[in-house]
Amino acid sequence: MTPLWQRITHWYRRAEAFGAEYYNAPYRRAIAAARRDEEDLFMLLVFAEMMGIPNPATWHTLELQPLLLERFHDWHRRQGMAHSPLDQFRCC
Amino acid sequence: MSAIVLLLLGLAGMALGYLFYSRFIAQRIFKLDPDFRTPAHEFEDGIDFVPTNRFVLWGHHFTSVAGAAPIVGPAIAVIWGWLPAFLWVVFGTIFFAGVHDMGAIWASVRNRAKSVGALTGDVVGRRARSLFMIVIFLVLLMVNAVFGVVIARLLVGNPGAVVPVWGAIAVALVIGQLIYRRLLPLGLVSVLGVIALYALIYVGPQVPVSLPDSTFGLSANASWILLLFLYAAIASVLPVWMLLQPRDYINGLQLFVGLILIYAAVLIVNPAIVAPALNTDLPPGTPSLIPLLFVTIACGAISGFHGLVASGTTSKQLARETDARFVGYFGGIGEGALSLASIILATAGFASLADWQAVYHAFGQGGEAAFVNGGARILEQGIGISAEVSATMLTVMAALFAGTTMDTGLRLQRYIFQEWGEIYQIKWMGKALPATLLAVGTCLVLAFGAGGADGSGGLLIWPLFGTTNQLLAGLTLLVITLMLIQRQRPARYTAIPLAFLLVMTLLGLLLQLRSFFIDKNWFLFGLGSVVLVAAVLVALECVAALRRSRQVAP
Repeated sequence: MTPLWQRITHWYRRAEAFGAEYYNAPYRRAIAAARRDEEDLFMLLVFAEMMGIPNPATWHTLELQPLLLERFHDWHRRQGMAHSPLDQFRCC
Repeated sequence: MSAIVLLLLGLAGMALGYLFYSRFIAQRIFKLDPDFRTPAHEFEDGIDFVPTNRFVLWGHHFTSVAGAAPIVGPAIAVIWGWLPAFLWVVFGTIFFAGVHDMGAIWASVRNRAKSVGALTGDVVGRRARSLFMIVIFLVLLMVNAVFGVVIARLLVGNPGAVVPVWGAIAVALVIGQLIYRRLLPLGLVSVLGVIALYALIYVGPQVPVSLPDSTFGLSANASWILLLFLYAAIASVLPVWMLLQPRDYINGLQLFVGLILIYAAVLIVNPAIVAPALNTDLPPGTPSLIPLLFVTIACGAISGFHGLVASGTTSKQLARETDARFVGYFGGIGEGALSLASIILATAGFASLADWQAVYHAFGQGGEAAFVNGGARILEQGIGISAEVSATMLTVMAALFAGTTMDTGLRLQRYIFQEWGEIYQIKWMGKALPATLLAVGTCLVLAFGAGGADGSGGLLIWPLFGTTNQLLAGLTLLVITLMLIQRQRPARYTAIPLAFLLVMTLLGLLLQLRSFFIDKNWFLFGLGSVVLVAAVLVALECVAALRRSRQVAP
């Protein structure tokens, strides 16, 4: 790589990190709250399954989509399904 | 008078204010300490408390506080002539806004990053804190109702802006999906988003959209207001990653591009200011300059809303205490620069004095329309963007600001209802949907209750917004002043702005109440009375707290 190209990529990376900070800073709290909700939802699902209570997950899914999506995608691939098995939750 | 002279004078004044006055306040009065462990480090949790690059934090602070107010307020206030508005914006930014914003961050950082409301409870007392909640609620109510009207007016006046204004929502939705679902890099998405937004601005004038004059007996204005509230209600319950986050981001980028274009165009064209320096030929019914100037221009000179942001999110992300000077004071300057642009466009963007007077034929006229039309003329001459596209661009700029403030405002108002639901144990009020409906309902009552079938009640209460907002600023300055007195430091640099604000706010309110009483406008009279009572109580609390702190201080 030439020094000029190195410098360009360096500045591009810095600009991108800067942009990501600017994009996330005001909403860190809300997104983190959704992440906490995810843990709570997991507990709720486990208990609901144990107690036979109707599944409330659908209501929360929209909020959690950005957090669950990658993990869900990895999960269904690990399970041997090429595409998402759920109609309302498509990741690929 | 040349606009360039005004522009350079204003910017030079603010620059000197930043270089000298802010340094003096930061070093001698607040004694900002680079070694102080800020709450961002002390409580770092990766969520609320995150040490953040000061440039990023400045961007966050500035775009969070910049709503439609720094555009609309000055564009209305130039009815008294450009000089009073110019002086208040420049000196207000230097001696009021900058100190207020920097002080709010400092006060919060020195108190474990507590919000100004919580600080008021600690420093002044619990009564003041309860007042604070009422004032915050009223400010949010007014912001939402006013901005609904402002956007509706812009859409009716500029049918070409309808596609880009609503299209921006679609762009934001797509950006959110691309970032979170497709995991595309932010840089690429930002470029695509800005291009899409400006493409919409170009397309907009070619496909103008106007609502019919009457739909179910409602005027086009009223229909837009209803549609906007419907949108804001949906936006305020959607997950933030879907709409608010990408929308605020793209809006921030557009703000920077817009400001650069406006200043560049003014420097190229050097338009003459056609409006008088002091307007002696005021239209009948125009209220007196003192005190109304100081409440009509709130954001851009001093605004209580800034204190909420400064102590709410900014203080929790401050990496070094000395950064408060750049983030807070320079954030105030950012708003001042936007207001300055608004003053120049609303006074220099007309061909002649007669044209200007035709627009400013009554108090409350001009406003955002003068900003858009005046600006379009200057942008066309300066950068060669056609007047139609320029007007659309400025309309979109003003409408997007008002829009993002409105949907955030509605979300905050919903939180207050939910909090009240929890405090008073009203279970249904604690839920998101009923609380949102209540928030929208109160705004609609204000818009249509005070404004009649036209739904323009929000605009009638604009001066009341100013007074309520200044009350918030007064409370913040009060907290800062008390903290300075407790630390035995000179308090006059915040006490004088505080006294000035309280006097002007009370005077303004009294004059308004008198005119509401004469007009038998009982709705506004009632609302104004609530604000007046709050203002008087705040003043009394202020005196009591000062006395207490003197007794405590050795």
